[in-house]
Amino acid sequence: MPPDLWQFLWGQMRRQLRVGMSKPGEVLNPLLFFVMVVTLFPIGLGPNPERLALLAPGILWVVALLSNLTVSGRLFAADFEDGSLEQLALASHPLALTALSQVVAHWLLSGVTLTLASPLFAVMLNLPVQAIPVLMASLLLGSFSLSLVGAIGAALTVGIRRGGLLLSLLIIPLYVPILVFGVSAVSEAANVGDPMRWLALLGAFAAGGIVLAPLAIAAGLRISLDS
Amino acid sequence: MWQIIHKMGSPPWFYRFAGTVLRWALPIVLLLLVVGAVWGLLFAPPDFRQGNSYRIIFIHVPASVVALAGYYVMAFAGAVSLIWKIKMADTAMRAVAPVGAALTFIALVTGAVWGKPTWGTWWVWDARITSMLILFFLYVGVMALFEAYENKAAAAKACAVLSLVGTVNIPIIYKSVDWWYSLHQPASIKFSGASAIDSSMLYPLLLMIVAFYGLFACCVMLNMRAELLDTHRGASWLQRALLERD
Amino acid sequence: MADILLGARDVAIERGYRCLLKGLSLDVERGQLVQLAGANGVGKTSLLRALAGLGRFGVTGHIARPQALLYLGHLPSTKPTLTPVENLRWHPSGRVAEDDQAIVAALAAVSLTGYEETPIHHLSAGQQRRVALARLWLSTEPLWLLDEPFTAIDVLGAALLEARLVEHADQGGAVVFTSHQPNRFGDRLQVLDLTQYAA
Repeated sequence: MPPDLWQFLWGQMRRQLRVGMSKPGEVLNPLLFFVMVVTLFPIGLGPNPERLALLAPGILWVVALLSNLTVSGRLFAADFEDGSLEQLALASHPLALTALSQVVAHWLLSGVTLTLASPLFAVMLNLPVQAIPVLMASLLLGSFSLSLVGAIGAALTVGIRRGGLLLSLLIIPLYVPILVFGVSAVSEAANVGDPMRWLALLGAFAAGGIVLAPLAIAAGLRISLDS
Repeated sequence: MWQIIHKMGSPPWFYRFAGTVLRWALPIVLLLLVVGAVWGLLFAPPDFRQGNSYRIIFIHVPASVVALAGYYVMAFAGAVSLIWKIKMADTAMRAVAPVGAALTFIALVTGAVWGKPTWGTWWVWDARITSMLILFFLYVGVMALFEAYENKAAAAKACAVLSLVGTVNIPIIYKSVDWWYSLHQPASIKFSGASAIDSSMLYPLLLMIVAFYGLFACCVMLNMRAELLDTHRGASWLQRALLERD
Repeated sequence: MADILLGARDVAIERGYRCLLKGLSLDVERGQLVQLAGANGVGKTSLLRALAGLGRFGVTGHIARPQALLYLGHLPSTKPTLTPVENLRWHPSGRVAEDDQAIVAALAAVSLTGYEETPIHHLSAGQQRRVALARLWLSTEPLWLLDEPFTAIDVLGAALLEARLVEHADQGGAVVFTSHQPNRFGDRLQVLDLTQYAA
């Protein structure tokens, strides 16, 4: 990678982080959303600790998915509206890489913070303590894949008014494998099984995603800019 | 070969071509469907385990197979549209989506009908049915994305990208759902296992699969012709083609 | 020696399956000021975007454009929570402005001295537009493509902009812009009426 490309991507990522952190609500609100939705489950399903422990991996992962859905919609929206995205598309640097750097910045603010906060939620749902490291590992890897998939949907719908619901419709089917792998990893860890193969699958999905998704994201962005 | 593809890209040529093909293909397909359905639903022998309730597979399995293949056809048309910018490919993609969605829906409904006498409930989350449901969502997503865009040319491109993304994911989704299912249900009766299927059941099934493929192709061509009628309403070649028929 | 910066041959522009323009050919040389004119909806913005390289899907024909160009559309491409200096420090095309002095000078040129550290959303609409235009004073790109630059700025701003465009052309650059407004540049300006290419 030529040095000025790397410098550009790095600068772009720092700018995204700067803008993202200038409004603390953008980072905190998804976390608060996560807490509140997780709270709904014991209320809805009953406080029985054994049952919660059994359902905890699924609940945590589904809520992580939903939380990613809510933030994905805004991934490119601000840049689209103020014209920055147009300029990025015209830059001599590949749009795919620029978009990837934005996804990474976004993931640092959403997925990584969620991973760091997850032990708290695990305790709320009575997940066995030995499963927490695997939970964090699965969320770290999985949230990256979720961000990539969310970005594809965001790129295709950024120009559509009130495209948030459409976004959900488009990417929920694509989320399914990540959900399966993530929940299986945590379940296995909770029941003293073998979580490694599921974590490996999450890793493989993320690895494939990091190569292929940016192409789809860039194509989607160009289509949205064109219309 | 290349010439044929080039010709297909031309609306007047395709309109005539599809019209000619449909004139003889549609009756044949309908005939095959009737023969296959009657054979399977009435004349094939009852199953050793399931008795007569298994017969719905003569509709369920072909519908599932063609629904899945249809998604790949749609994605292929999308790829052609993106790479070579052929407008007819957009039309093809748009024509396939509702047909594929309808077939997926039929597969789901017939799957439920199969499930009721066999498992006792209308819906069971087994690997195949769950994957079919997700395929249905993938189809609906493409259709919804198309409706959401105002600029229809851009809409077609967006749907092309989405279908290609879906295509890459379909094997992953199938596999993951499969593993999910076997994780939660220790190996029980596998209905997808047509491993030891008797030839007296296999032949009507194959016939129905061929018939469904034919039906798919005919529906897609009908859809494309309808689309062409709509888009090129005032065109002189269309007026001539319509007059020629009568 | 005429140096052609932007060349277009037999370009056709489509939007949503509808053909807007066709058969358009254009050469823009160094030192030229070109105005794309025509009625609303004829396709001025679409053509400008195509020339810049934005609309890839609805464009046929051959366009040769330089590696480095500056495109300013309707949208300002500035972040509201950042200050003008912070915004101008970073140009999306990748070139990062080396020193803030040049930025301050550019802001001075658009009469925004004193506002360097005010977040954008605290500025008026006209001032925000001038921040976006300040990029013209920082630009090293030879070719400028501007979409309706004279809209939404006041008389002072318009005069500054005119002077800057002429200066750029004199220094060997070229400007292609769209505008509804009549000729401001006299003989210097080449007007391309797009109505002749309308489909």
